[in-house]
Amino acid sequence: MNLLARMPRWGVHPAENKAQSTARPIRQAPMPAQLILPMQQHIGAPAEAVVATGDRVLGGQVIAEASGFVSARVHAPTSGTVTSIVEHAVPHPSGLSEPCILITPDGLDEKLAPQPLPAYQQLEPAIVLEHIRNSGITGLGGAGFPTAVKLGSVRDAKIEYLLLNGVECEPYITADDRLMTERASQVVGGALVLAHLVRPQHTVLVVEDNKPDAIAALRLACQGTAAEVRVIPTRYPSGGEKQTIQIVTGREVPHGGIPADIGVVCTNVGTAAAVHRAVVDGEPLVSRIVTLTGNALAEPGNFEVLLGTPIRELLATCAMDATNLDRLIMGGPMMGFALPSPELPVIKTTNCILASAPGELPAAGPEQPCIRCGLCAEACPAALLPQQLLWYARANEFERAEKHHLFDCIECGACAYVCPSNIPLVQYYRYAKGEIRHAEQERIKAERSRERFEFRTERLAREEAEKEARRLERREAAKRKAAGKADPDAAPATAGTSPEVQAAVERVRQRKAAQADDGSQES
Amino acid sequence: MSMILTAVLALMGLAVVFGAILGYAAERFRVEGDPIVEQIDALLPQTQCGQCGHPGCRPYAEAIADGEPHNHCPPGGEATIVALAELLGREVLELDEEHGEVKPRTVAIIREDECIGCTKCIQACPVDAILGAAKMMHTVIESECTGCDLCVEPCPVDCIDMVEIPQTTQNWHFPLPGSAPGLIATDRQGAITS
Repeated sequence: MNLLARMPRWGVHPAENKAQSTARPIRQAPMPAQLILPMQQHIGAPAEAVVATGDRVLGGQVIAEASGFVSARVHAPTSGTVTSIVEHAVPHPSGLSEPCILITPDGLDEKLAPQPLPAYQQLEPAIVLEHIRNSGITGLGGAGFPTAVKLGSVRDAKIEYLLLNGVECEPYITADDRLMTERASQVVGGALVLAHLVRPQHTVLVVEDNKPDAIAALRLACQGTAAEVRVIPTRYPSGGEKQTIQIVTGREVPHGGIPADIGVVCTNVGTAAAVHRAVVDGEPLVSRIVTLTGNALAEPGNFEVLLGTPIRELLATCAMDATNLDRLIMGGPMMGFALPSPELPVIKTTNCILASAPGELPAAGPEQPCIRCGLCAEACPAALLPQQLLWYARANEFERAEKHHLFDCIECGACAYVCPSNIPLVQYYRYAKGEIRHAEQERIKAERSRERFEFRTERLAREEAEKEARRLERREAAKRKAAGKADPDAAPATAGTSPEVQAAVERVRQRKAAQADDGSQES
Repeated sequence: MSMILTAVLALMGLAVVFGAILGYAAERFRVEGDPIVEQIDALLPQTQCGQCGHPGCRPYAEAIADGEPHNHCPPGGEATIVALAELLGREVLELDEEHGEVKPRTVAIIREDECIGCTKCIQACPVDAILGAAKMMHTVIESECTGCDLCVEPCPVDCIDMVEIPQTTQNWHFPLPGSAPGLIATDRQGAITS
């Protein structure tokens, strides 16, 4: 098979640590005492609350509306009362707070009637797309880009491949693995809905070869459909969108482009399952599968979790030994970020909570100087020059970092993983990216301010000129009036020709001439 | 003799031809305005705050082009001074504290209950970011406010506050990781023992 020959040489092989959480089937997490639903669980503009404190809401009811094109709705995961709409800490590397809707579930779990789209195959893609948008679906793989926006942006492009990304290359995480194993028909069903929207020539489910159960289940579910399963070798970070595309199709997404530019659409398998739920079962996105793992948990596993569930309650369900907890990480050990406290909610992009015991994820040793060994460049899946980017980021030479395609970095951490000098390379890149984005925003703001300032200056000048013009007009009018009074018989237009006026003008002229003469003599 | 004459004639001929080309080019590709002022203006932060002593960023850009020091802009801070020094081939100077110090970006907020609708702040705002009419409550369009401070002083009832722009997950970004290591072991002793 030409796949192995095509397999690029980048990547690393960290310890997988997936067995801990794959032993048991997906369990339903218990109903929490409170749900915390951030308005921003996706990339784009935050949603806007459409409920008020004290309202009773039903499961599946819209509680926050999308506030722009790139935005996503938020639905109530279960029935209950809105206790407040406040700033609450959200899972974000900054540890800052964002507006959240707090709901106290009443335990009845009453739901709005499901609104499926039966026989979606006969419907216009635009209608199905609108349904997906209304269901609040965002990418469940990691970044959380609104799915309807992603699919909408490719409608005109000719799509050759629709890839369903079930690679899940990051250590510890098994949420997609369990989903594909247990709910293969949902994943494939969702893939077919997406295929109806983008009309690809091939619909391919991509899975790494370390998930034999998922592969078998998907193959079974694909029988008799247009979808097929493609198995790829296990290697980190094959699950990155651009990396998956490169491995399966041999094509590279151009710098600054999107996969649709090369005829590919790639979505996560969890997103496909959510699309299936929304279109076929008529349920919006109110829950997701989360892996709870790490040595601090006595009973790790995968859970179907309502969005907004506090992480503390999930950790209790897994019998966490608090004395044995070292770090709490959202996401995997390569790309995740540390959580400052367990009082944060599960959001649409939470695929894994890793509660590590001391020594499980050893802290990186002290940073040492770069020895130019080049291991990072070999590991980089985006074919960048990590050392070069490091110099530029350290020296604040952001323009040159950008010229070396800093923004093609997917922050996978492969470079930092192989670095013998323990340099936290990705942190430097994130810093540089943040500074560049900040400078760009400042520049746009300055440009607007300049325009407004110039417009105002121009407006003031115009107003002044108009005032002056009106003043002159009034003076002229007054003059004419005065002239008219002096000679009631003379018409205003011919006032200048009357003998008295001529005499007056002559006198003024003479006086002026005399004054000018005096002036010149004095000076 | 004729050789010298030929040489002189040839050079004169060339001079006439090139002179004509240069003359044409000077007309054809005439540069309107002063491009250096545009370039300086593009580097200034456009707060239009007047702390430099000029009524806006563009007048200050013109003054810099005429030789005024390029360290009179507190909102721009060090970054602007460095960028200007690079553009103009001048020395990187310390910010002239006489014109103010570097402060975090702020935005004006009108305490709307106390506003009497005098329109004085509207007239003071250099970017037309205050909305209101006579004897009507005024409000600041926060997204357009440059935080220049100019509206605070004219307000007769002191109802305008300059508020620091709060940090949110939208404008937060990753900080620089801990200081880069030294080259020899003794430089790193702190890191190793800690």
